[in-house]
Amino acid sequence: MKHNLSTISRRVALAGAVSALSILAASAQAQDTVHVGFVGPLTGGVSSMGVGGRNSAELAVKLRNADPDAKYHYELDALDDECKPNVGVQVATKLATDRDVVGAVTHYCSAVAMGTVDVYHRFNLPITVWGAVLPDITYGNDYAEVTRVNGTMINQNETAAKFMTDQGYKTWAVIHDTTDYGKGHNTYFSKFLAEDGGEILGTFGVTSDQQDFTAELTQIKQLNPDVVYYAGLTPGGVRVRQQMDKLGIDAVFQGVSGIKSDAYFDGLGGDLAEGTIAFLEGAPAEKLPGGEYFLSEYQKAGYDSPPEAYGPFAFAAMNLLLDAVEEVGPDRKAITGYMSKVAEHESITGPITFDEHGQNTVALITTYVAQDGQWVVWDDSEYASGKRKLPGP
Amino acid sequence: MDLGLIAQYLANGIMLGTMYALVAVGFTLFFGVLDVIKFSHGDVLMLGTFTGFTVWLGLEAIGVTNPWLQLGGILLVSLGGTALIGAAIAKWVVLPLKKAPGLNILLITLMLGTAIRECVRLFYPNGSNPKAFPALLPSASVDLGSFALRADSVILVVAGLGLIAALNLVINRTRLGLAIRAVAQDEETARIMGINYTLVVLATFAIGSGVAAFAGVMNGLYYNEINFGMGLLLGLIGFSAAIIGGLGNLYGAILGGFLFAGLQVIGTALLPFASAYKDVFAFAAVIAIMAWKPTGLIPERTSDRV
Repeated sequence: MKHNLSTISRRVALAGAVSALSILAASAQAQDTVHVGFVGPLTGGVSSMGVGGRNSAELAVKLRNADPDAKYHYELDALDDECKPNVGVQVATKLATDRDVVGAVTHYCSAVAMGTVDVYHRFNLPITVWGAVLPDITYGNDYAEVTRVNGTMINQNETAAKFMTDQGYKTWAVIHDTTDYGKGHNTYFSKFLAEDGGEILGTFGVTSDQQDFTAELTQIKQLNPDVVYYAGLTPGGVRVRQQMDKLGIDAVFQGVSGIKSDAYFDGLGGDLAEGTIAFLEGAPAEKLPGGEYFLSEYQKAGYDSPPEAYGPFAFAAMNLLLDAVEEVGPDRKAITGYMSKVAEHESITGPITFDEHGQNTVALITTYVAQDGQWVVWDDSEYASGKRKLPGP
Repeated sequence: MDLGLIAQYLANGIMLGTMYALVAVGFTLFFGVLDVIKFSHGDVLMLGTFTGFTVWLGLEAIGVTNPWLQLGGILLVSLGGTALIGAAIAKWVVLPLKKAPGLNILLITLMLGTAIRECVRLFYPNGSNPKAFPALLPSASVDLGSFALRADSVILVVAGLGLIAALNLVINRTRLGLAIRAVAQDEETARIMGINYTLVVLATFAIGSGVAAFAGVMNGLYYNEINFGMGLLLGLIGFSAAIIGGLGNLYGAILGGFLFAGLQVIGTALLPFASAYKDVFAFAAVIAIMAWKPTGLIPERTSDRV
């Protein structure tokens, strides 16, 4: 018996020594693997945005893995929220309860982000929003886990109202979808427009998957506004613009960041889209401080769909998360702590500084106009140079 | 409110009404001959529309670009294909369950509809995204004050109303129609009279589904956009229209379709609150009508049903 015991203990000691040795050897050769998450709409009406964001986040991970100085090896878990709050909460829970995941870059759709921030807070998962613009996502709570690299619709609508009134337009009709996203845009645009002296003749709430807008547009036609403002996402924007044409409404069509996608042209064709105005936080990728680098790397990676408008933000958000892991290690609490102190952090979208709500304080908004089947920065467009004209005020 | 505006509302309402009526007609036909409610109707419609869209992609790929030829091809394959699908559903899903409680058929077709919808979403290339349906009709428009009359809208409405009229003729003036009406009235007597019962049922389901496919293609041409979920609301509205019109009665379905469209337009145009509630208003009105006339506005003329 005694003999047996000592043999066992000797074997255990030996096994322990061997495994300790092998761990040492492994850490010398390969890095630990750290899981990071991405959530966005990979299917559904706005999937082009989600896929662009996913590719960009993936690119950030790939580049970091190729970096010889990186302390860890990163793996990306990309999940699909379908731009639906119920699905979003499910995938957020899945991500947050996976103890391997130390942080994530999440959500393009505001309605989804509103539903999921509580989940992230409950499970202490630090996330950085890469696309959703509703102010309440960061300002509506004081969750330290929630941060955001892109600007909010407050900045966006302030610029929009000022720009449009400067062009001489005086009257608006507002169509907004009744999600948090559409309603938020409606609130802020109406507020800033009133300050700038514009007048809203009628406001119409519509469901986000509504097909037929002719009844609303018929009323709008009678109101005869200078501008039709649509606050919603691309599919609805496409339908409203199409049906405006069917009813012979020749007002300017003004959208929000939600319609500034290449899918807008796929749905409409160039002719109808021509002259649509949209606003977006940040600047076009090629005009960003690190834009050229980002675009060339994106090209090199060989993705078959474009990064879309928010790709650079997804890239910057993921890079910020990876920087955090490199600095404080793969620990959720430590990363959350790191995020609360981010100031003048270098990124391809410009320096990132989070305020006390975790909101990046950039207020850079760019105005775009649809010209020849693509979104052109207003200042570079033939509309600004006077060669082409929008419908007059 | 000026005249042009009223005309515009009327035109919108007629367009929607025609589409709803075409869907409602299917529900009412199926209920007429078999006393069943086939809830997969809306999704069969969507399947027909996607079939048409696929035909268009195919024609584009082989270089047929004449819009009228394309339209002919789309309608032929879409209507024919959907008619076959409708008949197949009748033969293999509905008829075998004929003796089972009506609730079973309702449930099974509901599940079938969900299965069809999910299959299109998952297996059609990029099926979860909306597709841009081509505008194949001439888009010339006449501006009459605040009323824009477009050629494509007129063609769609005329074609839709024409189809309803043709269907009416088939039901009331042909031997097939006579057989359908006979089966609807009394299945056993119809069988004794030598009517091929199964064939009549299959033909009815084929006709109803083909008409729904037409409504789907019409929907695509009008909105220039289709998606896998389009059958859901259209099916629900078509069903409600058939119910308020009087399930089992062709005219009732047509009346119901236009009534529902009218309610939606009124809901947006005249009510003071936000237009987001127009469906709430329209469906609430349906509830009120059903409470007032439980058998529909034009009830089926048979005595054996309670």
